[in-house]
Order: sequence, then C-alpha cells, then structure tokens
Amino acid sequence: MADAMLGKLSATAAIDTESPARRALHRLLRRKGAVIGLAVIVTFVVLALFAPLIAPYDPIASSWSLVRKPPSSAHWFGTDDLGRDVLSRVIYGARASLMAGVISVGIALTIGVPFGLLAGYRGGFVDGLISRITDAMLACPFLILAIALAAFLGPSLSNAMIAIGISATPIFIRLTRGQVMNVKVEDYVEAARAVGNPPWRIVVVHILPNVMPALLVQATLSIAAAIIAEAALSFLGLGQQPPAPSWGSMLNAAQRFLTSAPWMALWPGLGIFLVVLSFNLVGDGLRDALDPHNSDH
Amino acid sequence: MPNFLAKRLAQLIPTLFFVSVLIFSLQHLLPGDPALVMAGEERDPAVIEHIRQQYRLDRPIPVQYFYWMKGVLSGDFGESLRNKEPVLKLIAQKLPVTLQLASMAIVIALLIGIPAGIVSAVKKDTAWDYGANLFALWGISTPNFWLGIMLIFLFSIKLGWLPASGYVSPLEDWRTSLASTIMPAFVLGNAIAAILMRHTRGAMLQVLDSDYIRTARAKGLSETTVILRHALRNALTPVITLGALELGTLLSGAVLTEQIFSIPGFGKLIVDAVFNRDYAVVQGVVLVTATVYITLNLIADLAYMLVNPRLRA
Repeated sequence: MADAMLGKLSATAAIDTESPARRALHRLLRRKGAVIGLAVIVTFVVLALFAPLIAPYDPIASSWSLVRKPPSSAHWFGTDDLGRDVLSRVIYGARASLMAGVISVGIALTIGVPFGLLAGYRGGFVDGLISRITDAMLACPFLILAIALAAFLGPSLSNAMIAIGISATPIFIRLTRGQVMNVKVEDYVEAARAVGNPPWRIVVVHILPNVMPALLVQATLSIAAAIIAEAALSFLGLGQQPPAPSWGSMLNAAQRFLTSAPWMALWPGLGIFLVVLSFNLVGDGLRDALDPHNSDH
Repeated sequence: MPNFLAKRLAQLIPTLFFVSVLIFSLQHLLPGDPALVMAGEERDPAVIEHIRQQYRLDRPIPVQYFYWMKGVLSGDFGESLRNKEPVLKLIAQKLPVTLQLASMAIVIALLIGIPAGIVSAVKKDTAWDYGANLFALWGISTPNFWLGIMLIFLFSIKLGWLPASGYVSPLEDWRTSLASTIMPAFVLGNAIAAILMRHTRGAMLQVLDSDYIRTARAKGLSETTVILRHALRNALTPVITLGALELGTLLSGAVLTEQIFSIPGFGKLIVDAVFNRDYAVVQGVVLVTATVYITLNLIADLAYMLVNPRLRA
C-alpha cells in the first residue's frame, strides 16, 4: 500500500517536473485522432520526399497506347487522358500540396506575427491602423482574395503560394494581437519592464513564447485550409501549371472524363481529403493538448 | 442601441476605405506595364491607349485612386474589357443566381447542422455524438469541388437523376430550377452544415449544464420541451452570429461550385474574368463581395443585439 502510494507520488512528481512542451506532446499522443492524423501526414511527407524512389512511373511521361486505362496490376490507380500513370502523379502531387500548405502558412506567419506583436504591444494609433487594414483584408473572403491576387500576380505555383500566404496573414495578425494584449498585462511582463528591458526584448523573450501555443494550433489548421486553397487555385488553372502534377489540376482534367475514366477524379480528391482531414485532426488535438484548463493526466 | 449602431457604422468607414485601397492596389501587382498586360494578346496601340486612359495609368497613383473611387461611389465600376459592358451591370445580372444558390445552401446547412448539433450534445459520448463529429470532420475536410465532381458522377452519370450542369431560373420553371441547383446547393451547404453542427453542439453543451435547465427538469417538464423550448432558444443566439461569419466561406465556395456545375453566377463571373484578363470585373466582384460580407456581418451583429436583452440595455 505504502509502495503504491510512493509510486503514485513519484509519478506525479515526474509529471510536474516535465516541461510544458513535453506535457503537451504526451497529451497529444494520447488522442487517437491526432495520432492517426500525424501518421497520415508523415506517410504523405515520406511519399513527397522520396517520390522519385517510390513512384512506379515518370509522372509526366505520356503514352498514347495507355490513354484512360482503368486500374490494373500495372497501373494501380489507372492512367489519365494522356496515358500517364495516376498513382505516380498522385505521389508527385503530394509535393505541390504539402509545399504549398507549409510555405503559404510560413509566409502568413512571417508577415502576420510581427505586425500582430507590434499592434498588440504598442496599442494606440499603430494598433488602430494595423487593425483596420486587417479588418479590410478579412472582409474579402479568403479564397476570393487569393484568386484575385493570383490572377494579378500571374498563374504559377509560387504565385499561388504567395497569394494564399497573403490572404491568410490577417488571421495571424488578429490572433497574435489578441494574445499579446492578454499576455502583456501579466506580472512577469510588468517585472521585465520594471528591470529596464527594452521593448523588443520584452516582446521577443517574454511575450512571444507565450503566444506560440495558439499560433501553433492556428498554423496547423491553416495548413489544411492552404492545401485546399492551393488545390482550388490549381483546379482553376491559377496554381501548378501542366504538365507538372498537382491534385487540383488533376481534378480539373478528370472533370472532362468523368463518364469514361472516373478513377482520374477519385484518387487526387482522396489525397486532398486525407491530408486536410489529418491536419484538422492534429490541429484539434493540439488545441486540446495545449489548453491549460485541460489537465487530463 | 442607437449608440451601438453609430459606433459600428463609424468602424465601417475606415474598413471600407482600406478595402477600396487593397482592391485598387491589385492592378499595381501586374508585372510590367499594366496597360500592356491588361490588353493581353491584343497589341493594337489604340486599345492599349484606351486602357491607359480608362485607368488613368499615366497619372500619379493617388490621382488614379481618386478617380477610381469617385467612379465606384457613383456606381461606375468601369467597363468590362471583353464584352464592353459596365461591370456593375454584369454583377447585377449574375448576383441573383448566386443569391438563390447561397439561400438554398443556407437552408440545407441549417436543416443538417442544427439537428446534428442538438443530437450530438444531447447524446454526448454515444455513437450518435461520434457519428455527428465524424460528419463535421468530413464536412470541413472535403474540398467542395471534389464533392461536386463525385456527386455529378453518382447522381447524373450513374443514376441519371439530376442534370450535371446548367441553370434554369425559378421564374421560368421552378421544378427544373430546383433540379439544377439542389446538387450545387448541397455541395455549398455541406461545409457550413459541419461548422454549424460544431457551434450548435458547443453552445448546447454549455446551456444544458446551466441552472435554469436543471430547474426546468426539476419542474417535471418533458425532455423535448426542455431541449427545444428552453435550451435551444438560448443556444441558437451565438450560433447565428458565428454562422454569419461563415458567409465568406459560402461566397468563396460559390466560385468553385458554380465553375463545376456551369452555373452562370457571381463565382463564374470572377473566374471567367480572371481568364479573360478582365481586371475591372475582378476588382468589381471583389469589392462587391467585401461590401456584401461587411453588411451581412453588421446585420448579424444587430440581430444579436435584438435577440439578446442584456446587450440592448
């Protein structure tokens, strides 16, 4: 009995001495949905990174004798309207989607976080100006703004990523600003100010680390939205340009051959769905794991 | 209430100003000489000169903005470079089609999302709850253009029940109109239904845990009365406001849905304009979309004030 009590106490002590990041990771790994989501994301990342080794065929090599062949042992996902292997194109397409998701959100974070920190910490006129510009950007629906930006920048994958990144920026400005306003009135920030730390140091060393959990959750969910947006832009012809494979442009081509080759539409759509679902599951899991009110250990 | 309205309207002015600056700035993203890019393959110097004059591209940028804004405020959004019609006229022709589609999508989203949210909250941690949560995850993770393609394959190609594309106005033939819009409306409403379900579930769980619900149950009221008359009425107020924020999702979704189902609405107008390099139309559509979105959010805020007596005081 005493041993059991001691064991329990030492286990509790071990948990208490864990860093917040490790504790959050343990909580995240206890969520089945998040673990499945992570596994799917890792699988697609491996597929994207090692596509030349994994893909059975060249994704852009066309063959007139293989036009719109149904799934078979030679071509598991069938072939497309130009006789290209759909499985190879789906594997290579993961590169465009994942890259677009991560780079777009990277752009949004790089622009959004500094402006959010500045607005939240400085307040006053600077805050008013940044907030009104943010409101204006949020007033334009995300995809419509991305389409307009991509249209003016010109159709290409890199321009699509810039367009999606800029369109996602106001969410990060607003989120960072709100978090900073909550954190900057905390005692430890007041103490840092009282001992004479310069504002940049207070913001970077004392405020930013406390804003990170909320940003991490939003970034994960935004990657899901950015992947759908990239697929949408490529579907409309504003993203990845042919013959390079992307799930969105594959769906665009598939639409014309639904009657004769429905498999062309099935696999790229399933790819988008699985990756987006996984990022949503991980985002939801992270939100629960990083919530300080949620102590399930 | 009048103070709140005045404050909200005062906030709108700078927002609308920055929206106009943002949309005006788009044309300056064009690489090289904007007049040449806008002319596309048209290399006639007269056309290029016409574009330069129409947009006053030879004048300083603030002057260009002033004339563009002056035109917008007097209802002149410019002229479509392709079909030489005023942009506002084109938007006015296409907007009703999108509004019909969006209204149907909202009805579908409400019919699916709210009951699913109620059932999920009332039957928390049961198979019903897990099922509803799975539905919500499916709804927010499915790209609507893929869902549209899959539904066309099933209902139009395999079963032959519904037309794959096209649009008929309800004023011409309401049955055919319904048949041609039900599938795109479902595609458009699907993601909103998932979001509404999540909001309804959260709000219902919060309300079902409150004292007045315990009191209603202690008084011996039936569970249906407690849920529908007491809990739902209070839970729906934040759901409506949060739901209004999803109108942007609806407008964005319309772009792709109209493209897949060949519906000649607002969304198809912007896509066609993009491919025709008809930049005045792109700017006009984004400006009208943003204004509609801001106005609908204002209406949602006012509705929230009206139904919440504590905020009215």
